[in-house]
Amino acid sequence: MAVNRMFRTCPSTGLVYHEAAEKLIRWNAVAGVVALLFGGILALLVTATRWQAIHLLPPDWFYLVLTAHGLNMLVFWIIFFEIAVLYFAASVLLKCRLATPRWAWAGFWLMILGALMNNVAVFRGDSSVMFTSYAPMGAHPAFYLGLILFAVGALIACFVFFGTLVVGRNEKTYNGSVPLVTFGAVTAAIIAVFTIASGAIILIPTFLWSVGLVDHIDSLMYRTVWWAFGHSSQQINVAAHVSVWYAIAAIVFGAKPMSEKVSRTAFLLYICFLQLASAHHLLADPGLTSNWKIFNTSYAMYLAVLASMVHGLTVPGAIEVAQREKGFNSGLFEWLRKAPWSNPAFSSMFISLIGFGFLGGISGVMMGTEQLNLIIHNTIYVPGHFHATVVIGTTLAFMGLTYFLIPTLFRREVMFPAMAKWQPYLFGLGMCGFSLFMMGAGTLGVPRRHWDISFAGNALGHEFPGTAWLMMALMGIFGLAAIVGGAMYLINTVGSVFFGKKIETPGFVHVKAKDGAAPPWQPVAVAITGHGPSIGTAGFVAPGTFLLAMVFLISFVLYYFVNWKYLSTVWPLS
Amino acid sequence: MSAISSPASRVWWKQPLDRVEGMWIAIAFVWCMVMFFMMPYWHVVGKQNLSNEAYRTTPEAFTAKTQAMVDKFKVREETDLKVPVVRPPAGSDVYLIARLWQWWPMLELEEGKTYRLHLASMDWLHGFSLQPENINIEVHPNYEHVITLTPTKAGTYSIICNEYCGINHHTMASRLYVVKGN
Repeated sequence: MAVNRMFRTCPSTGLVYHEAAEKLIRWNAVAGVVALLFGGILALLVTATRWQAIHLLPPDWFYLVLTAHGLNMLVFWIIFFEIAVLYFAASVLLKCRLATPRWAWAGFWLMILGALMNNVAVFRGDSSVMFTSYAPMGAHPAFYLGLILFAVGALIACFVFFGTLVVGRNEKTYNGSVPLVTFGAVTAAIIAVFTIASGAIILIPTFLWSVGLVDHIDSLMYRTVWWAFGHSSQQINVAAHVSVWYAIAAIVFGAKPMSEKVSRTAFLLYICFLQLASAHHLLADPGLTSNWKIFNTSYAMYLAVLASMVHGLTVPGAIEVAQREKGFNSGLFEWLRKAPWSNPAFSSMFISLIGFGFLGGISGVMMGTEQLNLIIHNTIYVPGHFHATVVIGTTLAFMGLTYFLIPTLFRREVMFPAMAKWQPYLFGLGMCGFSLFMMGAGTLGVPRRHWDISFAGNALGHEFPGTAWLMMALMGIFGLAAIVGGAMYLINTVGSVFFGKKIETPGFVHVKAKDGAAPPWQPVAVAITGHGPSIGTAGFVAPGTFLLAMVFLISFVLYYFVNWKYLSTVWPLS
Repeated sequence: MSAISSPASRVWWKQPLDRVEGMWIAIAFVWCMVMFFMMPYWHVVGKQNLSNEAYRTTPEAFTAKTQAMVDKFKVREETDLKVPVVRPPAGSDVYLIARLWQWWPMLELEEGKTYRLHLASMDWLHGFSLQPENINIEVHPNYEHVITLTPTKAGTYSIICNEYCGINHHTMASRLYVVKGN
């Protein structure tokens, strides 16, 4: 079978696209955006129901729609887009052909089939079991089978990615080490393999149970193994969106990592420790010891948190160094003031970074503390936290990347540039408010996944304080703002990709590339040095970033201990 | 060379650390250790730690123990469903059943006294959420979780379910009374 070796070079960015990889990246990204569109409509329905002034859906539909919202957003949108990112990071950044495109297509269609099957099962109405599908609550067998097929497809895609790395190395399409962004993608893919294996270990027996071949699924076993899949899949997102941050910093500013060693070691810490986070969901469960909980919930002494704190410094730090070297070197924050705030790729990435760190990161570590989890578990604080990590962190970063991909990958102009300029702000700030008010309401005890916190008609219902109601209403308002922001993204993306003005390249042809396309090695720096004292102040090359990091740390410390103080006031229990 | 291309030098790991990065890594590491040691520390000095005491059980066995407590210490019934209100003696073992979609029975405890609360589910997962105290504990079927707790203030508390348990999940709510001692 002939191997497709046809490439094109993007005239505006200089990126090299393999013909087969380009098509796969496009289709995976489009499939992801379709899932985002569907999940977004469901988000509107969920928000409009939990905002009790509207209370839109009846309970059966609410629980159904909430189940479908979780799956389409957390699984289908994000993983389709991540597969596109993986192929991009391997084939495009290494300038090499994608390994086994046919297998990649098989994986893609399996994922499509699985996503459709799962959605059909949910919308039949007998599988409103939420994203988590905790046994012994059972769903239709097609619910589990759809997820299994989707996971098999994603696993194939991961191996196509690994295969592409091998192709790049064997055909010598790059020199030395892989780029940092590719390294981050490798991290995501390794975590993905672990995640999918965990998913198989729990979903296959659960599927067999749903068709009557296994007679009992233990609820604690289910939760322990399921979360090795459910939480780890969010760690794929972290590795992927941190890579996207680095990529956008490189694309927009030409920023190079402050230190390859530090950034790569931080990714390595992710590989070693992130998967322990299954425990975050089990801190309020019986049957597990405190030792197990403490070790696992802290990712073995918070080493993965350390990694995230490092990325949180090195990404803006790299931007600061690049800006200072360009001449924006005065004061602490000239580099930031003079950043391209009207470029949606940058603004998305920066809001994603700040929102992920301040809202998602701090809240996640707080509620992942063994004892503090008691005052948080299963309240609406939890979705508040993960909307900050997954929506502001991952989705917004991916949105930013899309604005870069539309011209280079799809060869179309962005249809509504003014709308693109404002979209990250509306979406990002809307989601920040949405997450914050959910966390506020959760602190006051409002439960998650709950149709009616007024307990109408219930003789024993609980009356939540007025502040909780206010928080839920504000959550609704900010949620609607974010949904408008999301709609702007979808209109612009879908419009541009299908109806945007084509960017014509005169004399465009796909060029057959020979093996070993990389130019011979050019030694650049004989003496390896740091950035030198020419920029920054007091030996600090990125003093502004360091100050921001200290603000972050102080917020973190204060918030962390405020919660211990709050915990110390509740009923003693042991 | 930027983050989307290969590092310029083959031996990139020899580039010395910038002061910004070095200091931040040190500070962040210290903070991570502080957070880690807070958890064991709280086990020693803190008063709010979730119990590690749990046993395997069955719905039948747990119902029998709960029924025995109800028969012995029932003081009245409430609501149309005639949910028994139980006032067990201070320091005793008290039982609470979680099932679709009810907490059973209702407990009346004495302020400042310590009880051993046994929690188990009869069917699916449920979430014991004590409001407005905001103590939240997962309740599993076939596991009996024993929590030693001390109500500190008299009043009427709510127990709601905060683990999704099907179509009437939002109706699963009950009370817990804390009364002043004699």
